[in-house]
Order: sequence, then structure tokens, then C-alpha cells
Amino acid sequence: MFEAAVKAFNDAGVDPRKDIGSCITAAEDYWEGYSIFDEFVPDQLGAVLRSVCTVGGDGLLALANGVMQIETGLFDFVTIEAHSKASDILTFPNILTHALDPIYNRAFDAHPYFVAGLEMQRYLYETKTTREQCAAVVVKNKRNALDNPAAAFPGKLTVSDVLSSETLAQPLTRRDVSALADGAIVMVLASEAKAKKLASQPIWIKGIGWCTDTPWLESRDWSAATYARLASERAYKMTGLKDPLKQIALAEVDDYFSYKELQHIEALGFCKKGEAGKLTEQGTFNRDGRLPVNVSGGRLGAGNLLEASALQSTLECVLQLRQQAGKRQVKNARMALAQSWRGVPTATGCVAVLSNEL
Amino acid sequence: MMVKKRVAVIGAGMTLYRRRLKETGKELSYYASQMALESAGMTREQVQSVVMGTAPDAFDGIHMKAENLADGSGADQKPYTRVYVGGGTGVFAPIGGWWHVASGLFDTCLVVCEEKMSPCHPHPQTAFRTIWDPIDTRPLNPNLVWIFALEMNRYMTVHKIPKEQIAMVAVKNKRNALDHPCAQLGANITVEDVLKSEVMVWPVQRLDISPPTDGAAALVLASEDVARKYTDAPVWLDGVGWALDTTYWTNRDLYFPEYVAVAARNAYKMAKITDPPKEISFAEPYDPFDYKELHHLEGLLLAKKGEAPKMTAEGVTQRDGKLPVCPSGGLLGVGNPIAAAGLMKCCECFWQLRNEAGKRQVRNANTAVAQAWGDLQQVGTVAVFRR
Repeated sequence: MFEAAVKAFNDAGVDPRKDIGSCITAAEDYWEGYSIFDEFVPDQLGAVLRSVCTVGGDGLLALANGVMQIETGLFDFVTIEAHSKASDILTFPNILTHALDPIYNRAFDAHPYFVAGLEMQRYLYETKTTREQCAAVVVKNKRNALDNPAAAFPGKLTVSDVLSSETLAQPLTRRDVSALADGAIVMVLASEAKAKKLASQPIWIKGIGWCTDTPWLESRDWSAATYARLASERAYKMTGLKDPLKQIALAEVDDYFSYKELQHIEALGFCKKGEAGKLTEQGTFNRDGRLPVNVSGGRLGAGNLLEASALQSTLECVLQLRQQAGKRQVKNARMALAQSWRGVPTATGCVAVLSNEL
Repeated sequence: MMVKKRVAVIGAGMTLYRRRLKETGKELSYYASQMALESAGMTREQVQSVVMGTAPDAFDGIHMKAENLADGSGADQKPYTRVYVGGGTGVFAPIGGWWHVASGLFDTCLVVCEEKMSPCHPHPQTAFRTIWDPIDTRPLNPNLVWIFALEMNRYMTVHKIPKEQIAMVAVKNKRNALDHPCAQLGANITVEDVLKSEVMVWPVQRLDISPPTDGAAALVLASEDVARKYTDAPVWLDGVGWALDTTYWTNRDLYFPEYVAVAARNAYKMAKITDPPKEISFAEPYDPFDYKELHHLEGLLLAKKGEAPKMTAEGVTQRDGKLPVCPSGGLLGVGNPIAAAGLMKCCECFWQLRNEAGKRQVRNANTAVAQAWGDLQQVGTVAVFRR
């Protein structure tokens, strides 16, 4: 946390003890192994005796709350922090099982990724998407990660490497699933007036939306990511965006599981339901395709940072829009989209549209 | 400082507060939200955003607890946020709701706080064992009462406060709670009862402490223009403040809650209050322990350092006194479902300022302050309400 914070404050040119009004951390107690994790936040972020809180959600939800705090007029600068210390978690499946409804779903006594297996099955069945098309997402994202120096799991894989890996929850195989990694990300938000004064390359948050669908596994639409569609509708409306495929240069969408990237691409309106798999095979979402998706490598390539993956996606958008993405730079990127999902068993996610033009 | 949109409270609701309730957390959230919506004259469809406050997941044993509570609190298919500052969450949740509306992003926000402590066996104290640093504090095997005893002792020693004056807070709040229809521990007790009760960790005795509780509470917030469509008597949420002190609580002098003072100053500044003792009609400070009410009155700048016990002894803080404190009955009387306890205080401010508090009604109330506390003697959350 401290390491990322120092980098962010230096990059923004602010002194946390003087300039920053508020500070939000995205965290959940069970990931941290504490009850009341926000106890352990202020010191590392230079925020002692300041307005600090946690948001029990992913990094983008924390960012959305930071946006609202600035919009009230109360603060000029807000720090957003999210992290993963997944390597400290000894019993990841058990913790995730505790997120299942204690009365109706916990008694199954199965690895909680069964929820994803069921959902994937339904998605493939309804949309005629193939296992190979899902595997192509893994191949693409791990390849993209080769050019991301921060990525934990880059690799050169083939579709058959993915298909032949061990089955976790039919039809989900081990390589369809992102692996856990450690990391922390800190961002500094500023009001328009302060950003114009301070930054040579501010990246503007043009629109943001978030949504939680029903927590009941039994009554959800399993073939589509409704939360992502509703969140994107809000974000697009705020941005004034009519045609996302035309106006957005690149997208970082949540790929906790391979099929999730396809579901999310469809929910965001980049193509019709059931088309994302085919378009992935055709290279539409490659780094040099029509709409590069997960140039950073996503969760599959960069690593599953729990609540912080949402900020990993946002960070990639920022770097791309500032032309600082090195070897993986997408040309002429003006507007980018970051989308998050909190993983099973939730149906919660955010969408943010960012631009280098006000 | 210019706030974009003035925020009003237009509805409030709460469930019974009890040691063990049969209802699930979802159901408790539903009852409280439904009551708040009905009192606002609003339906779930008219709510644009929802903020949830609920303290450690370990109580219910549900990871990402707010996700599980989403439908109970009316949030499914809506923008939904869980904000969290430990025990301070109850007054922080309406602050989170405040920025949803004050930012102009939403016209309405339903704020719900739920806590179900009874699933934690054998006692919710077990969950509190995991709030400490695993390397330098947990090996000492502390519990919550232990750190409160340290703080209470320090407060009593610095100001030479007799235990009798502290016990008066428990007597007052439990008596006030007799008039609260949801209260868990309303009672007529004496100072002697408190002083004779079992010693937990000296100087904390059993009747100095609020009980573990199940319960939920809710508020409906709206922007000024929308609020006027629903009610002629909105209550304004005119000041908010929150502050978190260093993690290293052992390095601080615990006799005064500086974090509460910082939060209070911010809230008063926003509400344009320059002389709090004069301008505040009544206060709902956080009272999980009786001495905490005194500690927090000083933190809220409503009493000078060390003078809150004297005020209590003189009857100033009685419901018919000059500055009524915890007219609801507080946590000591109504109960302490951590996050929902703080929101109960905000509900009380709403009902009092609308003259809807029934037998608990204080006279001529214009401005009220609610405050909660939490973490490692660390966080203060403050909200100022006006009629």
C-alpha cells in the first residue's frame, strides 16, 4: 500500500498530509483476515486524522464514491486505494464459500467455482459459443500480458493447452480461471479546477455507473451479465456516448473466468449477445484489432488481484490514454472503458469511461 | 465551502432491537427499509441508489455480507454501495448516502444498516478477537472490554472522575429507553446497581456495557427539490464529518478522542455552527459504554474536557435538561447492533426534529448531532441534522 501510494502521490505532485481531503480503500474483511480492516489504512496513505473510509466493493466502486465526494464540493483531492495480499490467504475456497447464502447454497459443499461452471454451461448453451472461443480469450490475454512488466502470469499458450488443462467445474478448466496474485494500486482524483492546474496529462472520468443484480443464484439470468449492462447504460448516459464500439478505443473488461470476458463484452454493447466468441476468434479484440480488449492481460494475464483488479483495469486505461503503455500502446487512444465484476457469487460490477480530452 | 445539493431526510424506520431475532439479516433489512420508505411515502422503484452499512462480516459469518443483503435492502438492479468504518459505520452510512445525493448524481438514496450479532457463537466477542494486529497485539489475547477498560481508566485518572458520575449515564439511558418501543434493555436502575454489578475488566462493570443485539434501521435521503414533493417537514442533513486516527492506538493518549473532535469540527463548519453548546438542541453520541457518552460529549465539543461527568451529575443531559443527551435511550438502553445502533441515533434525530418521538420528545429541538465511534479507539463519524 505504502509503495503504491508514494508512487501515486509523486506522480500527481501532491502531498497527502496537506492536499488530500479524503481517502477510500476498497476492501473486505475476509480477504484481509481481520474484522474491521479499515483500522489498518490511514498510516500508509498519509491520511492520519483525515477523512478515511473503506468501501466494501471493488476498486472502481471506491473510485465512483471518490467521484461523488469531489462532486459534492467537499474535497479537491481524493485518494483511492485497492490491494490484494492473496498469498496470505490459506483457505481461499472456504472463504469464498462463506459468500454463498448460508441457508440455501452453502450446504452443497462444493468448490464455490461451481457457480461459474453452471453459469458458463448456460452461457455456452444459450449463445452457441464454443469452448474453443472461451479458450481463445485465455490465449489472447496471456499473450497481451507478455508486454506488461507488472503482469504475474504472462504466457504463450494454445487453445488446446487451455482445453487440456484439468477440469475444475465442468466445463471450466484450470486455465479458464485467473490465478491469484498480490499487488496494490493507488490513484489520486482531483476536481476539474485542481486537475487543470496541477497535471499536464489529466485523464478525465467522463462517465461512471455501478449496479448490483439480485444475490439469489436461483433467479438470475445466467446467460447475460445484467449488472454490467445496467452499469454501462448509466456510464454511457453520463458520458453522452451513443455508439460504444465506434467511440471507445480500448476496453479493459473483467475476465475472472474466460467466458466472463465474452459475457461482459456483450453486456457492454460492443456486439450482440452470442457474437463475442466468434469475434474473439476473428481477432477483433486483439491488440491490433478493431477494439483491443484487455491489452494489459486482464485478470487472466496480469493476475487476479481480488478487489484491486478493477483498479488494474482503470490503471491500464490511464496509461494508454497518457501514451505511457510502452510496447503495448494502442495508437490514437482517446477514450477507454474499464469494467469490473466482483467474482462469484456476486452480480455486482462497475463501468467507467475515461478520456484524455475534457 | 459550497455543497452542490442540500440533502434532506424524509423517512426513517427500524426493527425491534433484541439479543436474538428469528429473522435473517435480509429480513431485518427489509423491515427497516420498508418502514422508512412508507414513512417517506415512497416505493422501492422511486429509490435511485442504496447505501448499506454493516459491521464485521464475522458476526453473520457471511463474506461480502452486503452482497447477500442486497435484495433485503431493496438494492437489486440498483447502484449499491457498502461503506465501512467499523463501529462508526452507523452514522457513516447516512454520510455515504449524503454524498450520493449532494453530488447531484442521484436524487434519492435509501440508507440501510443491519447487524445480526447472534449467529456468532458462543458470543460476538469472538469476532472482535480478530480486530487486532496479528503480530503485535493478538498474541496478548485481548478482548474488547479490555481495551475499553484501559481507556476508561485513563479518562477517570486524568480528570479524577468518580465512578458514580459515570454510572449515572447508564441509569439515565436505560430509563430513557423505557419510552422507546424498540428498546432491548429499558430499565429503572440505580447508580448502586451499576456499582454493584459484576466487574468485567476493572473499572468496567456489567451494567456499564451495552448488550449485543440483532436489528436494522433505515433512512430515506432526497435532494431538496425532490424532498419538497414528498413532505412539508424534511429534516436537513446539513453537516457531515469523519476522521480516522493512526492504527497505532497504543501510542496515543486515550483520555480524549481527538478523531471525534476533528470530525465534529468538519461537520459543524459545514453546518455553519460556530458555538456548538449553544446551537445544538440535543445530542445522540455513541454510548456502547457509559463513560463513552461522556468522552464523546467532550469530543463533540459540547462539554469542556473533563466536564461531561459534572454536566451529567447536574442533570443537564436529562431529557428535560438544557442539553438532552441520548433521549432515545442510546446503545445502553435501546441496544447495540453495531452499525444499526449508529443509524438508530440518526432515526432518533429525525423523529425528534419532526416532533414524532412520542413520549421521548424533547422540547424546542432545532438542531441535533449524532455521532458514532469505532475501530481501534480510532474513528469518529458525525452528522448534524436541522429542522
